[in-house]
Amino acid sequence: MSVALMYALVGVGLFCLGLYALIVHAHILRKILALNIMGSGVFLVLIAMARRTAQGSPDPVPHAMVITGIVVAVSATALALTLLLKLVALRGQATLPDDWHE
Amino acid sequence: MHNVEQSGTAPWLRRLVAIAVSVLAAGLGYVVLSLPQQAAGLSQIVQAQLHLSGVTNPVTAVLLNFRGYDTLLEMIVLLLALLGVWTSGEMTTQAEEATGAVLDAMVRLLVPLLILVAAYLLWVGAHAPGGAFQAGAVLGAAGVLLLLTGRRPYLALPAWLWRLVLIAGPMMFVLIAIITAVLTSHLLQLPPGHAGLIILALETAATLSIAVTLTALFLGGEPPYQEYQ
Repeated sequence: MSVALMYALVGVGLFCLGLYALIVHAHILRKILALNIMGSGVFLVLIAMARRTAQGSPDPVPHAMVITGIVVAVSATALALTLLLKLVALRGQATLPDDWHE
Repeated sequence: MHNVEQSGTAPWLRRLVAIAVSVLAAGLGYVVLSLPQQAAGLSQIVQAQLHLSGVTNPVTAVLLNFRGYDTLLEMIVLLLALLGVWTSGEMTTQAEEATGAVLDAMVRLLVPLLILVAAYLLWVGAHAPGGAFQAGAVLGAAGVLLLLTGRRPYLALPAWLWRLVLIAGPMMFVLIAIITAVLTSHLLQLPPGHAGLIILALETAATLSIAVTLTALFLGGEPPYQEYQ
């Protein structure tokens, strides 16, 4: 098993751990963290898969996509955290209600 | 008050989710393992066209030349995120404490160093790992460091100038897109003779915009541009 393949499997593991936490935890901060871990898993898979070239240098296209993805993830996380703060200020709790008609 | 540890799911449901996610992990792992061991992807096409891109770092060539459209839209995503944060209201002012002398001295040394590193990363991106995003992230970290130590960089320049810096990256992209659309009849198709210079201009504007946007996002709202009492 190549090193790149091992990194890709770690990426799959991170994605699934993040998915589990996203579903199970009610606290929104944990959900935001879980989404970020899922994203990191996807980035790791992309970077690892780019290493499968015959010659020395890896495929630059997935690398460029990951750089784009990181910036989008950071800005989306910042927006999500701001919305979370507003939600806490409005509702006094950092979870979404089960029933929106309450 | 609700407990932070409070979970929305019952234990039996948690176990069910754990099993389902494990099955998914096994499936995804199988997919990754069954992919071909060798796959050149688009690397050969990039290598073949690299001499036309104006830079020698393939990642920078992809980001700013071959797929410049992606980067243009990405700059707009950053701007949209900041506008989203700003629409949620003004930044919340927190209680401040005087920073220690050591921290203060460290920031005075570190911020100029970070600016230097950002400039280096911006320049080196043409032929080695680096570029606008890495430089913007380092510069943005310098901005966050200034905010964390009680400085208010948003008071240093008038509001319109900060907003101009915020849109410098997207505007430079749009400007180049319009010029190339008129001259070469293709959006963001950089002429090979001037591509290096155009990429440097795009990256410089993008670095400043990314850095200021990241710092502004950290504030969590639109800053008051006047000194408050």
